[in-house]
Amino acid sequence: MNTLDQLPETLKDHVVGVFPAGLQPWISALLAIGALCAIFPALFALTTVLERKILGRIQNRPGPNRVGPAGFLQFAADGIKSLTKEDIVPRNADRLLHFLAPLVVVIPPLLAFSVLPIGRNLVALDLPETGLLFFFAVGASVEVGVFMAGWSGGNKYSLLGAMRALAQLISYELPLILSALTVVMLTGSLSLVAMVEKQSAVQVAGLHAWNLFTPWGVVGFLIFLTAAAAEANRSPFDLPEAESEIIAGYFTEYSGFKFALFFLGEYLGLFAVCGLGITLFLGGWLPPFTWLNWIPSWLWFFGKLGALIFFFIWLRGTLPRLRMDQLMQFAWTFLLPLTLINAFVAGLWHFTADWNVLFRWALSAGLLAAAYVALSRPFARAFPRRTYRFAP
Amino acid sequence: MTGSGILQGLAETAKNFVGSFTHPAENLATIEYPEQRQKLAENTRQFPFLVFDGTDPEAGLRCVACQICEKECPPQCIYIIKSKAKKPDFVGKPQFFPAVFDIDLSVCMSCQICVEVCPFDAIKMDQDFELATSDRFQGLLFHKDRLAKPNSHFQKIHPTEAGETDTRRAADLEKAQAAAAKAAAAAAASAKPVATPANSPEAKNPPPASPAAGTPPM
Ligand code: SF4
Ligand code: SF4
Repeated sequence: MNTLDQLPETLKDHVVGVFPAGLQPWISALLAIGALCAIFPALFALTTVLERKILGRIQNRPGPNRVGPAGFLQFAADGIKSLTKEDIVPRNADRLLHFLAPLVVVIPPLLAFSVLPIGRNLVALDLPETGLLFFFAVGASVEVGVFMAGWSGGNKYSLLGAMRALAQLISYELPLILSALTVVMLTGSLSLVAMVEKQSAVQVAGLHAWNLFTPWGVVGFLIFLTAAAAEANRSPFDLPEAESEIIAGYFTEYSGFKFALFFLGEYLGLFAVCGLGITLFLGGWLPPFTWLNWIPSWLWFFGKLGALIFFFIWLRGTLPRLRMDQLMQFAWTFLLPLTLINAFVAGLWHFTADWNVLFRWALSAGLLAAAYVALSRPFARAFPRRTYRFAP
Repeated sequence: MTGSGILQGLAETAKNFVGSFTHPAENLATIEYPEQRQKLAENTRQFPFLVFDGTDPEAGLRCVACQICEKECPPQCIYIIKSKAKKPDFVGKPQFFPAVFDIDLSVCMSCQICVEVCPFDAIKMDQDFELATSDRFQGLLFHKDRLAKPNSHFQKIHPTEAGETDTRRAADLEKAQAAAAKAAAAAAASAKPVATPANSPEAKNPPPASPAAGTPPM
């Protein structure tokens, strides 16, 4: 078990050992960067194909199945296509910003991967004091890139898309960070590695103490997922691009490979935020039970990542896009108060550690359920269930 | 309850997703075209073809180069040159035939008007839709040899209409043969009186006695 589990680390040590001692830290860093820059874009390529296949099956059609075995080389065809397309820069575009925006969108997620613990001892950059802070700081810079893209095109649709994106990203950053904050409260550290270690405590029957297995963890995870979908511009929160309304939103004026870079950035952002969700709530690289330890830890991480990505694709195949006012109302009147209440319940959970388990559960879960019902009441009244004359 | 709609929707899409693996027949509507084909409806129409009887596309061609279709075709994509000589049609009557008969695929709009106006059942709509070509000039101009297809093909793609046409043409042929036989009998009967009064009025206007004396097919 341990050899396979530590395979990436041992491989890296072997390679680094070849070089003189002075170079070793540099080589080690370069290797980590290279691995991150290879694995996640490869995952992106795979995801684009799988997403189209899954969406297809949800919509009663087989999806792409022509290029390569079962259609899995579709991404290569798409990549070649976007590479050979003409790169058009509008005449009244701000050329520098127009050029930089795709890079500013792609690089932050790659930086964010560096602090994610992908496996046991497998983290590119362990920041014991500031791991989570680094993640969010880097993630927030995507917003700059998005606005640069929307502004520099000199196109009203891209500007509209950029404004929507800013409004949405800022509104949903709050629930995202606050729901992550509950985990920070209970861990007492900003280090993502420490958070996973905290969850490795063993409960009854070899069950690891994932944060998901607590009332505040469940609610926090759901809030996190919702906010993550909005942060990653995923349906139903894909208003910034909204093809049917504002063409492609902030990247309307991009073509060719720059357009593909925006897609790459978007998916990398999704992976990063999913990875953070896994680290915060789903026990990171930990298996659910101790007796499943024989499966390599990095496989657990990528398995969970795959499951979350599947969930987001499934959600995209299910829900229609929200309207801007619905989006805002949902964030500020429902999600944010619920997050604050959840933080309170998490505190309660922390200070009732020596209570009877059942009573502790009932209290926390009851509080959260009451909050959910109370908060959703005005929301449900504002948007009553629609009745359709010609459809059930 | 708020949020129950989302769960319902997720269940519905999950049903589609899982069903597409377990019951593909009900859950996947796609027909994977080049490998799988849908049976075409009998009334499918794509592009006209010229019907010929028998096995020889030249001798059996039903078209008599009357050029009605050429005049009626709305986008004017038919081009006909009438022959100088004549050849016997299916009842044996000498008729012109098209020396050149071209239809431009790139212009034809598959309206079927040529088929409707043809009095000789000579032009019908084909169902072959895989007509794409890399040669956009000659490849899209269909000449007589490419347009001519046997009656059996017509029968295969439009069985109802072809059956009806064949019955009608068989009846016409019979009528023509009967008329020819009657004319031959009359000619034989009048052969005697003709011989005695050398300048009777009948001798000046003999009844048509050739096998082509039948009524025209329509
Ligand atoms: S189908 Fe219509 S357009 Fe085509 S050749 Fe006949 S009359 Fe002309
Ligand atoms: S196809 Fe019919 S209408 Fe056209 S020229 Fe021939 S006989 Fe006449």
